[in-house]
Amino acid sequence: MSLAVIQALVLRYLFLYTRSPMRLVELIFWPVVELVIWGYLTLFIQENTTGDFPRIIVFLLGAMILWDVIFRAQQGVAISFLEDVWTRNLLNVFVAPVRTVEYLAATFCVGFLRILVTITVLGLVAGFMYSFNIFTLGWALLPFFMNLMVSGWALGMISTALILRWGQAAESLAWAVPFFIQPFIAVFYPVSAIKPEWVQTISWALPPTHVFEGMREVLKTGVFAWDKFFWAAGLNLIFLTAAGMVFFYMLTLTRRRGLLTKFATQ
Amino acid sequence: MPTPDPREVILEARDLTREFDGVKALDAFNLKLHRGQVLGLLGANGAGKTTAMNCMLGLTLPTSGALFAFGKELQAHRIEILRRANFSSAYTALPANLLVWQNLLVFAKIYRVPKPKERIAELLEMMEISHLHKRVTGQLSAGESTRVNLCKALLNKPELLLLDEPTASLDPDIADKVRKIVLRIRSELNCGILYTSHNMKDIEEVCDHLMFLHKGKVVMEGTPKDIVERSSSSTLEDVFIKIARDGEIVDETTKKEEVAP
Ligand SMILES: Nc1ncnc2c1ncn2[C@@H]1O[C@H](COP(=O)(O)OP(=O)(O)O)[C@@H](O)[C@H]1O
Ligand SMILES: [Mg+2]
Repeated sequence: MSLAVIQALVLRYLFLYTRSPMRLVELIFWPVVELVIWGYLTLFIQENTTGDFPRIIVFLLGAMILWDVIFRAQQGVAISFLEDVWTRNLLNVFVAPVRTVEYLAATFCVGFLRILVTITVLGLVAGFMYSFNIFTLGWALLPFFMNLMVSGWALGMISTALILRWGQAAESLAWAVPFFIQPFIAVFYPVSAIKPEWVQTISWALPPTHVFEGMREVLKTGVFAWDKFFWAAGLNLIFLTAAGMVFFYMLTLTRRRGLLTKFATQ
Repeated sequence: MPTPDPREVILEARDLTREFDGVKALDAFNLKLHRGQVLGLLGANGAGKTTAMNCMLGLTLPTSGALFAFGKELQAHRIEILRRANFSSAYTALPANLLVWQNLLVFAKIYRVPKPKERIAELLEMMEISHLHKRVTGQLSAGESTRVNLCKALLNKPELLLLDEPTASLDPDIADKVRKIVLRIRSELNCGILYTSHNMKDIEEVCDHLMFLHKGKVVMEGTPKDIVERSSSSTLEDVFIKIARDGEIVDETTKKEEVAP
């Protein structure tokens, strides 16, 4: 792996983002809109009910922000690939001395940078409007964050593999794939709320579930659930490896079918 | 017949076959490209020129056959080979919203070019497009973007250069400039160039050696002059049309039909 090559590819994405401010807007606009709507809704319900509600706004906002970590990491990988397709640049990259792992590593970095931007903005908005301090999660934030990012990368590789398989017509998968698993990973509700019960087995098999459950535990009890962390990390390792294998397999298949060049010149 | 070139073979295809859905886009194709040589692949639309080039770049895997560059098997040494090679095509582009220098800088870094800024300035000068340095890549004319693509293709001083229809959609003046540049590159870098085109002027002016493709098969090969003489035609264009229309041509030296339709 060459660091210089990864840097060069990341530089390209940085140029791309600075040259197209609309992309930055997209990075900030949607998450903020979502946060504001969820925030107002919970505030409204809170005012009109009694009981356990004060804590629920904290859960929801925390969940929203952490969900965005997965989504942005996934987008970093999938959209970066699509950028190369859209700009008809894919061939230039694939005939350059760029190893597939270097290409992926660069898209992972882009995912990381996208997360940083979005999280910072969301953290500020949540703090300002709902006095939700993302740092109430304390240092637990870091392992949560890392686990979700890795899950996002894995989903990104799966999205790209699917686009390679079904062509550019399937490019909306780049946005859809994370939502395939969203209902199961207990982002906004506990796993116990998922019915019928056997579906909960699926939930526990997905790494982010452990993160979101762990998040609620920290917020409720202040105790960091190490077992959940290790489950998430272990499952992530398996998911990332599997997703990487699927991606490499699809890329080879695309080369064998002679379709890589079709992508690049359409 | 010209004496065989004793110089180093930098690219070799052996019995390369590529099928798409049972149809052979490339059929037992053999090629040897020497250092310092410009080899032209000629043929009608769909003859298999781009397929041949894509296989040689490792973008498309051949159905059967073997490929070597600099004496090494292509797939096993892909990265190493690609560092010493480059490619430009009329059908690819550099990211449209980046500035010309940004695009070139990124590729200079990918190819680990020493002193990238100087190299970029030197190439832009050579292409007579220094003034486009700060322009948005997507807003360039066809002629301008072809030359920017060529700059990209020369950043790493390639020993092997693959050009797929570099003069497609260019006006005669710019096409002429591009041809002159290709010749200049060849002599300055002493690289081997594989050149596809269906523009006869290109071929006559630029190529030392020609291979006529028809339905994936090489139907004729030799120097441009040689080919015209052997096929009892008056111009290359005649040869081209004959091959494109019926896929067969009588080689006067051997009196045999080289290919069946
Ligand atoms: N990915 C592909 N899938 C199916 N057929 C293809 C593909 N790529 C090329 N072909 C076919 O292979 C033949 C050769 O195409 P190509 O190499 O592009 O020709 P040329 O560059 O000489 O115009 C054509 O018949 C074309 O339709
Ligand atoms: Mg072609």
